[in-house]
Amino acid sequence: MPFNLHAIQMTTANAALPPVPGPVAGPLERLRAGREFGANVYSTIDVLWVLYHRVLRITPETVDDPERDRFLLSKGHAVAGYYAVLAAKGFLPAGWLDDQGGPASRLGDHPDRTLVPGVEIGSGSLGHGLGLGVGTALGLRAQGLLTPRVYVLLGDAELDEGSNHEAIAYAGATGLGSLTAVVVDNHSATHGWPGGAAARFTVNGWTAATVDGHDHDALHTALTGQPQDRPHVVVAVVKTEE
Amino acid sequence: MRDIFTDTTTELLTEDPRTALVLADISAAAFAPAAARHPERVLNVGIREQLMVGVAGGLALTGLRPIVHSYAPFLVERAYEQLKLDLDHQDAAAVLVGVGGSYDRAAAGRTHLSPADVSLIDTLHGWTVHVPGHPAEVPALLRDAVAGDGSAYLRLSVLQNDRPHGGDGSLAVVRDAGPAAPLLVAVGPVLDAALDAVADLPVTVAYTHRPRPFDTAGLRALAGTEVILVEPYLAGTSSRVVSAALVDRPHRLLALGVGRKDLRRYGSPEDHNRWHGLDSAGLRRSVDAFLAGALLSAGR
Repeated sequence: MPFNLHAIQMTTANAALPPVPGPVAGPLERLRAGREFGANVYSTIDVLWVLYHRVLRITPETVDDPERDRFLLSKGHAVAGYYAVLAAKGFLPAGWLDDQGGPASRLGDHPDRTLVPGVEIGSGSLGHGLGLGVGTALGLRAQGLLTPRVYVLLGDAELDEGSNHEAIAYAGATGLGSLTAVVVDNHSATHGWPGGAAARFTVNGWTAATVDGHDHDALHTALTGQPQDRPHVVVAVVKTEE
Repeated sequence: MRDIFTDTTTELLTEDPRTALVLADISAAAFAPAAARHPERVLNVGIREQLMVGVAGGLALTGLRPIVHSYAPFLVERAYEQLKLDLDHQDAAAVLVGVGGSYDRAAAGRTHLSPADVSLIDTLHGWTVHVPGHPAEVPALLRDAVAGDGSAYLRLSVLQNDRPHGGDGSLAVVRDAGPAAPLLVAVGPVLDAALDAVADLPVTVAYTHRPRPFDTAGLRALAGTEVILVEPYLAGTSSRVVSAALVDRPHRLLALGVGRKDLRRYGSPEDHNRWHGLDSAGLRRSVDAFLAGALLSAGR
C-alpha cells in the first residue's frame, strides 16, 4: 500500500465533539438558528473543510470552469456543514443561511445543484453520487480534461445501497484514476462492514487510506498524492454516535 | 430497427464528439467496432443498469450527449429512480433507446416484457417519446433526438408496419373519412392492423410516432365526438393527454393497448398482439362495440 494507514484512536462515547473549524463556526451557527443539530452534522465538517480549504481546486469564481475539481456530496443529509463551508468559502451569501428550509430558501434539507452555486449534484436519496461521479470522471476524460479530480462523499451506511457496489466494481476494473471516494464512517450501517469499509473498495482494485475523520493533516495526506492509475478511497472514521 | 439504430449511433459517434454511448452489456458486440474507434465515448459498464444511467447523468453534467441503451425493462423499469434523479433532478439529459417493445421477446416471459415503459417515462417532465413504426423511421428520429438538448426515449420493436411514415410526429392523416367521422390515432407499429381493422368503416385514421409531446393541436383539428387510441404499450397511456386536449368538448374515448395482466404465456409477439386484442380482428371487435354504443347513445 502506498499510503500510511493511520491508527484510529476511538474516543469515548461521551467525549465532547471536536471544535468546528474557525471560519465555519459562524456560518454554522447562523444556519442552526437555535435549532438542535444531531452529532452527525458535525461528523463531516472536518473533511468538508479540509477538502474545500486545502484540496479542491475550486473557488466561487470557477464554479463553471471545466477545469475545476468536482465535489459531489452523495450523503445529501450532511447538508448543514456543507452549506456552512460553502458560505465560509464565499460560494453563497451568508444571508442565504437564514431560514434554511423555509419557503423562500434555496437551501433545503438536501442540496439542489440548480439552486446553490458550487453544488455539483442534487442528492438525498442515497446511492446516487458515486455513479454520477463515475460518469463525471469519464466525461472529463473523454473531453481531454485530465487535470480535474472528482471527489464523492458518502457515508458508511450509504454503502448499503447496491448501486454503490456497481460503481465501485466498475471504477476499479477500469482503473478510473481521477476518482476519489470519501467514506465518512460513523459505524452507522445496520449490519456493519466486517473488515472495514475500505475492503469493499480495495478488493476491486482501489487504493485506500483509513484515517481519523477529525485529523486535518491526516485527511489532507490521505486526500492527496494518490496514484493516477486507479481510483482511491479515503475512509474518514468518526465516533459511532456522530 | 435495432440494426439501423446501431448503424446510426455508430455514425453519430464519429460525426459528433459530444456524443457518448452507455451500455450494460446488451448490444455490446454490435457496438464493438464503435468501441474500438471511440473507447472513451463507448462505455459498457457490465450488467449494471443503475450505474448505466448514473454514468449517463455524469457524462451529461460534463457537457456530453449520452445515448443509453438496453432492453426496455432494464433501461426504464429497473433504473427508474436513476432516470428521475440522475437525469431529471440534475437538470441533465440523455437519449434512451430501448429495444424489446412490449413483448418482442415473448418466449422469454414476463421478465423481458415492458408494456409499462412509456407510462413510466410519462411520469417525468418534458420528455419526448418516439415510437417508430418502421426501421426507416429510426435514423431521423435518433438524429433529431441526439441533436436536441432535452431527454428523449426511443422505443424500438421488432413489430413494424409494411412501409415507413415520415413526418415530425404531428398527427398525419393516413385515411380520411370526412368531417366529424370517428378518429382513430395509431401510434407506431400498430398502424397496419388498425387500418385493416377499420378498412370498411367510416373512420379517419391518423398516425404518429411521437406520443410525447402528443400533437394536441392536430388532435383538436381532427377529432369529432369519437376518438379511438391504439397504442402498442399499456392501454390508456395517452388517455389523460387526449382527455385534457378535449376537455372543453363532449367526446367519447376508446383507449386500446396492452393489458396489465401477466398472461404467463410465451409464444410470439403476434400471439401477444392477438391475446391483447391488438391484431386486426381484435381491434375490429373493440371498435365495433364502441361505435355501436355511439349509435345507441345518439338514439339512432
